[in-house]
Amino acid sequence: MTKKILTEHINVPGIDTFDVYRQQGGYTAVEKALKTMTPDEIVEEVKKAGVRGRGGAGFPMGMKWSYLAKPEGVPRYLVCNADESEPGTFKDHYLMKHIPHLLIEGMIVSSFALGANKSFIYVRGELMYVIRILEKAIAEAKAKGFLGKNILGSGYDLELVVQPGGGAYICGEETALLESLEGKRGNPRNKPPFPAVKGLYQCPTVVNNVESIATTSWIINNGGDAYAAIGVGRSTGTKLISASGHMRKPGVYEIELGLPVEDFIYADEWCGGIRPGHKFKALVAGGSSVPILPANLALTLANGEKRLMSYESLSDGGFATGTMLGSGGFILFDETSCIVRNTWNFSRFYHHESCGQCSPCREGTGWMEKVLHRIEHGHGHQHDIDLLVDVSKKIEGNTICPLGDAAAWPVASAIRHFRDEFQWHIDHPTEATQPGAVYRGEMALV
Amino acid sequence: MEDTKPQLLTVTIDGIAVEVEPGTTILQAARKIGPDVAPPAMCYYQPLKGSGGKCRACLVRVAAGSAKDPRPMPKLVASCLTAVQDGMVVENTTNPQVIDARNGIVEFLLLNHPLDCPVCDQAGECDLQNFAFDHGKATTRYEEDRRTFEKKDIGPYIQLHMTRCILCYRCVYTADQITEKRVHGVLGRGDASEIGTYIEKAIDNDFSGNVIDVCPVGALTDKTYRFKNRVWFTKPVDAHRNCPTCSGKVTLWYRGDEVIRVTARKNEWNEVTEFICNTCRFETKKTSDWIIEGPTKVSRSSVISANKYRADLEKPSFGKRLAAAEYKPIHDERDMSQLNIQQLPPERFAKTLPSAVEPEP
Repeated sequence: MTKKILTEHINVPGIDTFDVYRQQGGYTAVEKALKTMTPDEIVEEVKKAGVRGRGGAGFPMGMKWSYLAKPEGVPRYLVCNADESEPGTFKDHYLMKHIPHLLIEGMIVSSFALGANKSFIYVRGELMYVIRILEKAIAEAKAKGFLGKNILGSGYDLELVVQPGGGAYICGEETALLESLEGKRGNPRNKPPFPAVKGLYQCPTVVNNVESIATTSWIINNGGDAYAAIGVGRSTGTKLISASGHMRKPGVYEIELGLPVEDFIYADEWCGGIRPGHKFKALVAGGSSVPILPANLALTLANGEKRLMSYESLSDGGFATGTMLGSGGFILFDETSCIVRNTWNFSRFYHHESCGQCSPCREGTGWMEKVLHRIEHGHGHQHDIDLLVDVSKKIEGNTICPLGDAAAWPVASAIRHFRDEFQWHIDHPTEATQPGAVYRGEMALV
Repeated sequence: MEDTKPQLLTVTIDGIAVEVEPGTTILQAARKIGPDVAPPAMCYYQPLKGSGGKCRACLVRVAAGSAKDPRPMPKLVASCLTAVQDGMVVENTTNPQVIDARNGIVEFLLLNHPLDCPVCDQAGECDLQNFAFDHGKATTRYEEDRRTFEKKDIGPYIQLHMTRCILCYRCVYTADQITEKRVHGVLGRGDASEIGTYIEKAIDNDFSGNVIDVCPVGALTDKTYRFKNRVWFTKPVDAHRNCPTCSGKVTLWYRGDEVIRVTARKNEWNEVTEFICNTCRFETKKTSDWIIEGPTKVSRSSVISANKYRADLEKPSFGKRLAAAEYKPIHDERDMSQLNIQQLPPERFAKTLPSAVEPEP
């Protein structure tokens, strides 16, 4: 069994209530932090832990905290990004639904560390029932004196607000989230200035993912060094992986970073292997926006070593032979899945979710979707593949926020690794448009 | 006194060094050098706070961040928002990556643009037209249907053509910052987002007409000028009047003796310096209402003023020669574009010629 930090008590009946959570050792981090530690010590512990942002970008959390500007007389805010809407990622949802107090405890500790007296949890609008669970948990914590004025007699006040979003993917981008939280249209802001300097209501703000914030209470209880001991290299700690697709046991798993991808897929403890009678074709390792990898490259690095579930190992080889850990949306495809159709589906999502603010993304995502739709439905031209690559290159890196990159990478990588399949769709439109038709040519199945 | 003066920063753009005050953006620094170096701006509008960063037409490469930290910036940056640092080296037209990105932006902007320049009132003073002429291609790779919108009537003075819109947000900022209450904004998202009033409602306030001037394309045009004439046949004249609500400083556009359009005065970057009220713009169209100051002397670099439309730049095709043979020219003084009065230096032609004229197959 690997170390479990977040999901250790998740199967305890009634863990979503304050009393059970407290019995299992909950809220000790709040007591420890508020009574014995200074905010700077907490930041230092988180820095030592080396925990990296779990929302997708993997930016070290302690570093992000230390960049927070601290001008006099200006409030600071902590915002928890629970707008998880990446296709293939459902870990935050799982965590908030089952063990809401873990997030609330983390929010109290983190807010104290950052000196924020009002913190927000921005939950995507589709998850209304999760919002109710969180609100109930907040009310419980408040009744027990862990939230509100003068928490545990330490003189520290914290108000925690749960804010439902409107259900736009773009509002998961931190600056768009802040705009949305301010009650405006969820358009990403131009950076700089970064939220750490001018964020919510033009005040210094830290935006962190649910999972990142949830880890802080363990770090306070056990120390940053203990956390850093888990994992491999600069990928410290554990990570929730939302496993889905053609595997025997899809679900949310907490793994120690550094676990080989092969073990994660085939071991009974986790995914339990590919569904019986089928072969492993492709893998999206970190949510729909990261590059897709064919089976052989997903399991091994370009030099033949085993690929590990860590930030560094998954991105080994750049985009030529690697991908990213992203938000941990682990989508597995067997040989019955059509990569063209899947790419079109991802592309359709990004077309629908583009905010429409900057031109490359607004126009480019729609264009890619239309071309992919055409190829998938048997109307592709020979030059369409090169066209897609060119369009994706013109979007990538030229947009305000990373949504443009997120839309471009799956298309570019699918063509990079599965070009034959696209070509087959264009060359054999009648065959390819049959119901359930999949490319059966040469490819690396495992 | 000398102590209070801010120290000037030196920035090199395309090999030309210029000294600017701290806080200046790359775009402003480039504009200080001249129109040949200035990156195109489709959404940035200096008088409007918060504008810029959306069209990505002004992307440049920063080859060296500053004298202290001479590392290049990893991505292309929007020059309209990036502040200069001392010793910064910027590559604009000299970098193939920038040109490539810019070509891409034109292509993206034109994907859903109807290209109805022949019937568009903005033609001739359209930012997108100029931008497309410099960086666009004559052909398209886009085969799908262009997006369309339901027509919206936004009042007696302003014509909204949503299909032409490039979503620069300039009119939204104008509505926010110039007019009293915000009357319109952006609805929807992605390529379906549109400018409009939420409830079908006429835009009605004293300064609403300014959205026409700030619009870089023909999405918002003057209803009182609609289909009256082409811009290049009209003669701009500066004039002013005693207006109780605004500065009253305008440009009158004459056709013969008749004032057919009134706009605010624009500087050489097509930016309005002083916004005018609707009474001046739409209802004061007699010469006797105005005190004439003389012909407008601002040289703007547009497709027309650069004489890119000159017939002799291009070898006429057979069809054109045939049409020319059968066409009887009528002498009209309006044939000469009044915007051509101020000629641009000949280097500009030399630069645009080879790419602008493609050899006939």
